[in-house]
Amino acid sequence: MDGMSNLPVVALHIPDGFLSAPVAIAFWAATIAMVGLALRRTSGALNERQIPLMGVMAAFIFAAQMLNFPVLGGTSGHLLGGALAAMLLGPWAGILVMACVIGLQALLFQDGGLLAMGANIFDMGVVTAVFGGWLGRGLLLQLRAQKWGLLVAGFVAAWASVLAAAALCALQLTLSGINPVVVFPAMLSVHVFIGIGEGLITVAALGFILSTRPDLVPDLASDAPARPIGRGAVGGIALVGLLMAAGAALLSPLASGDPDGLERVAENLGFLERAQDAPFNVLPDYTVPGLDGSISTILAGVVGLLIVFALAYGIAQLMRTRREA
Amino acid sequence: MSTHHFDRYIDASSAVHALDARIKLVFTLLFVLVLALLPRGAWLALALAALVLWLAVVQARVGLRVIIGRSFVAAPFALIGVTLLFSRTGTVLFDVPVGFATLQVTDTGVLAFATLLVKSWLSVQASLLLMATTHVADVLVALRALRLPATLVAILGFAYRYLFVMTDEAQRMLRARDCRSATLAGRRAGGTIRWRATVTGRMAGTLFLRAYERSERIYLAMLARGYDGEPRTLGIRPLQPADRATLAFGAASLLSILWLGLVVR
Repeated sequence: MDGMSNLPVVALHIPDGFLSAPVAIAFWAATIAMVGLALRRTSGALNERQIPLMGVMAAFIFAAQMLNFPVLGGTSGHLLGGALAAMLLGPWAGILVMACVIGLQALLFQDGGLLAMGANIFDMGVVTAVFGGWLGRGLLLQLRAQKWGLLVAGFVAAWASVLAAAALCALQLTLSGINPVVVFPAMLSVHVFIGIGEGLITVAALGFILSTRPDLVPDLASDAPARPIGRGAVGGIALVGLLMAAGAALLSPLASGDPDGLERVAENLGFLERAQDAPFNVLPDYTVPGLDGSISTILAGVVGLLIVFALAYGIAQLMRTRREA
Repeated sequence: MSTHHFDRYIDASSAVHALDARIKLVFTLLFVLVLALLPRGAWLALALAALVLWLAVVQARVGLRVIIGRSFVAAPFALIGVTLLFSRTGTVLFDVPVGFATLQVTDTGVLAFATLLVKSWLSVQASLLLMATTHVADVLVALRALRLPATLVAILGFAYRYLFVMTDEAQRMLRARDCRSATLAGRRAGGTIRWRATVTGRMAGTLFLRAYERSERIYLAMLARGYDGEPRTLGIRPLQPADRATLAFGAASLLSILWLGLVVR
């Protein structure tokens, strides 16, 4: 089966060896806490009927990641699926499903390491569930009266989930000693575009499901009563927002508008040298050298602005729901 | 396709295959952790780690070449590690001209990059050895015995069981799309990116519905066979003398690797 050879979003599955032991262990602890919490939060709803459902859903996400579409010059867009799973099943069930997907990918295909699995589950399972399950669902319930409500809510949540996962992944690598001057711009510039594919696919999938079988997603279907959104949701999004802000702050003038594989790397390496003109001292104090004005700085700023805008909008919407509730 | 399609299990009768899955799982994790703890340039320790690992591979009779042949899956990610070459202060070894600029490769950079590659490579092999000698079902039982919550193990089991079914389904859909997507040479085909993404998204939606409906059928079939929410499995076999011996040998090896890496340097 050749589909397996180009497993999607490989860039986010960190293999073993790339994370330092403290970073890997810290994210394992965070992941265990979140998965434990998810198990507890779903234990009421997870009766014996739901267990086969969750398992098949994990298999579904795995298979859905194979669905790709050609974008440009041989590259293709696919689904990461975390936001979609969380929007369809709720954030906690989404975390469980994604944890299983990532765990099986590491065990069966060595796609992502074992020690790095904690970080991988946190990036692609927990962070994406926060965006899909709380931001996405919250936005959708707010905007569903509008024709473009689904488009905006699904797209913003899915796009931001991919970008946040990439930012956190870059942060983990940086904390493990990889140069942030390269890894942040490389990760974010690529995933700004991967996120667009994710957003479009997520919107289409949601639209399809909502129009054919709205009974399967009663929380999202348009006749369901709007539910108030808890403080935890806002806190979770604020936390991820802070992490992303850290990522955005580390964005140096290296953000490249060109996502093309080799060209991008070459460009990054070229930029890297410029950063090296100053005495190079990356990890000790996490400063990013060479933050002088340039087109790339503006690009970085635009990306950062978009992130901040999406977050601020989402949080504002959530706050409004709470007040109304 | 069948359940075993995704298995990296290699059938052989060896001492490693017969080992308790709990021991294999724990040692694989510890091995990867020990590698992560080694400082850069700890070649002696890395050599011992490789020796221990390859000894186990030879013992397992799965073929060292097979394991090494499969071990390059993480290679694309090494691209991110390449930046280590240039980002360390140290003695400059040589310059690489890149466009308008030159990059300085330092000795510490080379050391850091090489260490990273070896660690990553050995970690992948350890995990390959685990899956080559242990059935996924045994890994799941071991995970349960190691106190992973029963719900999570059950979900993992179902996910593994239906992985190939959903993959088959997805591939049929992709094939159907390909059949309906003719391309004329020299002509642009396939609409806008948004349109293509929408088609793919609807495929994902269809796949979700099929998965959902399948899970209901599965549940009914399980009910018919007396499912009441409690999975029934055979008890865990107690540790055998061979398991204990491996435990001692493995612990000694891991400690030696750590000692070589952290104390002797």
